[in-house]
Amino acid sequence: SSWWSHVEMGPPDPILGVTEAFKRDTNSKKMNLGVGAYRDDNGKPYVLNCVRKAEAMIASKKMDKEYLPIGGLADFTRASAELALGENSEVIKSGRFVTVQGISGTGSLRIGANFLQRFFKASRDVYLPKPSWGNHTPIFRDAGMQLQAYRYYDPKTCSLDFSGAMDDISKIPEKSIILLHACAHNPTGVDPRQEQWKELAATVKKRNLLVYFDMAYQGFASGDINRDAWAVRHFIEQGINIVLSQSFAKNMGLYGERAGAFTVICKDAEEAKRVESQLKILIRPMYSNPPVNGARIASMILNTPDLRKEWLVEVKGMADRIISMRNQLVSNLKKEGSSHNWQHITDQIGMFCFTGLKPEQVERLMKEFSVYMTKDGRISVAGVSSGNVGYLAHAIHQVTK
Amino acid sequence: AYRTDEGQPWVLPVVKKVEQLIANDNSLNHEYLPILGLPEFRANASRIALGDDSPAIKENRMGSVQSLGGTGALRIGAEFLRRWYNGNNNTATPVYVSAPSWENHNSVFMDAGFKDIRTYHYWDAAKRGLDLQGLLNDMENAPESSIFILHACAHNPTGTDPTPEQWKQIAAVMKRRSLFPFFDSAYQGFASGSLDKDAWAVRYFVSEGFELFCAQSFSKNFGLYNERVGNLTVVGKDADNVQRVLSQMEKIVRTTWSNPPSQGARIVATTLSSPQLFEEWKGNVKTMADRVLLMRSELRSRLEALGTPGTWNHITEQIGMFSFTGLNPKQVEYMVKEKHIYLMASGRINMCGLTTKNLDYVAKSIHEAVTKIQ
Repeated sequence: SSWWSHVEMGPPDPILGVTEAFKRDTNSKKMNLGVGAYRDDNGKPYVLNCVRKAEAMIASKKMDKEYLPIGGLADFTRASAELALGENSEVIKSGRFVTVQGISGTGSLRIGANFLQRFFKASRDVYLPKPSWGNHTPIFRDAGMQLQAYRYYDPKTCSLDFSGAMDDISKIPEKSIILLHACAHNPTGVDPRQEQWKELAATVKKRNLLVYFDMAYQGFASGDINRDAWAVRHFIEQGINIVLSQSFAKNMGLYGERAGAFTVICKDAEEAKRVESQLKILIRPMYSNPPVNGARIASMILNTPDLRKEWLVEVKGMADRIISMRNQLVSNLKKEGSSHNWQHITDQIGMFCFTGLKPEQVERLMKEFSVYMTKDGRISVAGVSSGNVGYLAHAIHQVTK
Repeated sequence: AYRTDEGQPWVLPVVKKVEQLIANDNSLNHEYLPILGLPEFRANASRIALGDDSPAIKENRMGSVQSLGGTGALRIGAEFLRRWYNGNNNTATPVYVSAPSWENHNSVFMDAGFKDIRTYHYWDAAKRGLDLQGLLNDMENAPESSIFILHACAHNPTGTDPTPEQWKQIAAVMKRRSLFPFFDSAYQGFASGSLDKDAWAVRYFVSEGFELFCAQSFSKNFGLYNERVGNLTVVGKDADNVQRVLSQMEKIVRTTWSNPPSQGARIVATTLSSPQLFEEWKGNVKTMADRVLLMRSELRSRLEALGTPGTWNHITEQIGMFSFTGLNPKQVEYMVKEKHIYLMASGRINMCGLTTKNLDYVAKSIHEAVTKIQ
């Protein structure tokens, strides 16, 4: 007999299921709108030119493969912090922060979650927006934290339930942890406006909450890295010492290279040193030290003026294509004669869009038109191209008219 | 880490070649790997550990999880065991780590949630060898279902491995007492120069019908330290069990790092799946192993020629990167302070630090330390 007889089969991944069904479909017009990675206008993965250049530069340096420090590549972590906070940030100047390299966004979130579990004794509760990225909940749970929620998305308007969010957040017990998506909320694409961020910051400060920002789309959302980091920087300017997780999967297209960072903003440089020592103690028994390749590429890009310029243009190019697809989808829906209000498609931002489609409509899109998305009506705008946006609009109109 | 005779890090020639192939392949991109890793890497990595003719492979009852180095493989295995082994979420299951062992073993299992981490006898300081009787006694007295972390070869830090006969005795006790073998294989090929020889213990346990885990690292034998290339090999009773185990490990991976890094896995997969590159790799590995073996024999012969008090056959009988010299803390302090030779307080030296240029100096220094300091 086996030690594992009682081990249950893990539940199938819902998003994977969508892709599996898509692969099996023989319809030449099929569309996979579940994909969480950027695609160019031909529907192909896009390797950034600045990434290729950085790789060539790295190869020519003929570096060795010695272990990185536990906290990662210093040039990378410093550049990541500056990218998020702004080079002129008082936090950067005073050194009252620590940034460690993490395994992309997930790994950085997990390091932070474990750190809070061990050192944030005031509360076990992490408040997530409703809805949030599906993996947030199991990450915090596995780290030993408890999950709570605050209102966020209003399905009636397909936009932000601001009064609901403010109402819930103003009632969160003091010293709880609140997680905020810095930009391009996943899965809804609904972000607060700057005026709303200001109110959120004031409330969060009044409630004395620990703020955990998840920034996976800096640059990728609006096309402007400073604009996408505005909320993060505003909170810090208001005197809120946030913790922050960054991913370079989307904005540099470095998905499989796992480049990310986790930052803790501290009272002073001395506190930052103590925090750093504890982060290393958490990382060592997880994977000892992080992988070099993605961090080296990202560091080369951020720290080489020409490459950085090129990167800013390319990330804006990706963001612009997404925005253009949103615009074209809405105009095509109008052309189809749809009488519904599709403004939320262009109001929302980033890779994902909560269409407002109901499960039955999603089912029809799959069965009758070979258009695949998750049951919640979320589409990845990255899967839309100028070649198929007309077809998509037609299909959506057919199931909603 | 390995060092050349010039004291430099060494990127394996086959790795340089494969990296160039990867760089020139325009069909490759940076998309996410599957959660469990690159399929060609997983299959080849496990095949290296278990052997081409492994019954576990033939009977389709093995699985693999690409991991962040050997550490990552240990951690995924530990997290799984804590959740699903010996009941559900049984944090009280004893975990046995050799005395001494790599310090991180303790931390990995502790952070995975195990509350009862114990040591088993291993190093006999008096006879400078394996304390087999102590080890077997600990296994006899361990509660059933206890987990034992076994070093597949080149024990870290002592360099002292059980012989095949001793492994057979260990396996017999473990089978009778229903103890779980979790192998840590960080030096396959690097220890003796032979992949098969260094995997003998793992393969023996598989042939004896054990269900086991083997955490593999490709840091040393591929010199891919900072790319974090590792693999957790799972051997079970049948395909169905292994499939369910892997589905749960996938959940654990998803909340730890989502999916593993691509570069190192590509290098290893490309190398292992090409007969020509595979031979080239084995040659590179043998180069490293042979240099270490040479340094061992050269150091021993110098100490014996100097007439350094004590016996020095353990230097060549031990295997792998490390050697427990037998120097006591005071003698070590002498080495560090007076001779500027850096070694651990335990008397552990890294054989890779020896070169033809410094052998004489090191041997003379050990001689001084042993004769001057008691």
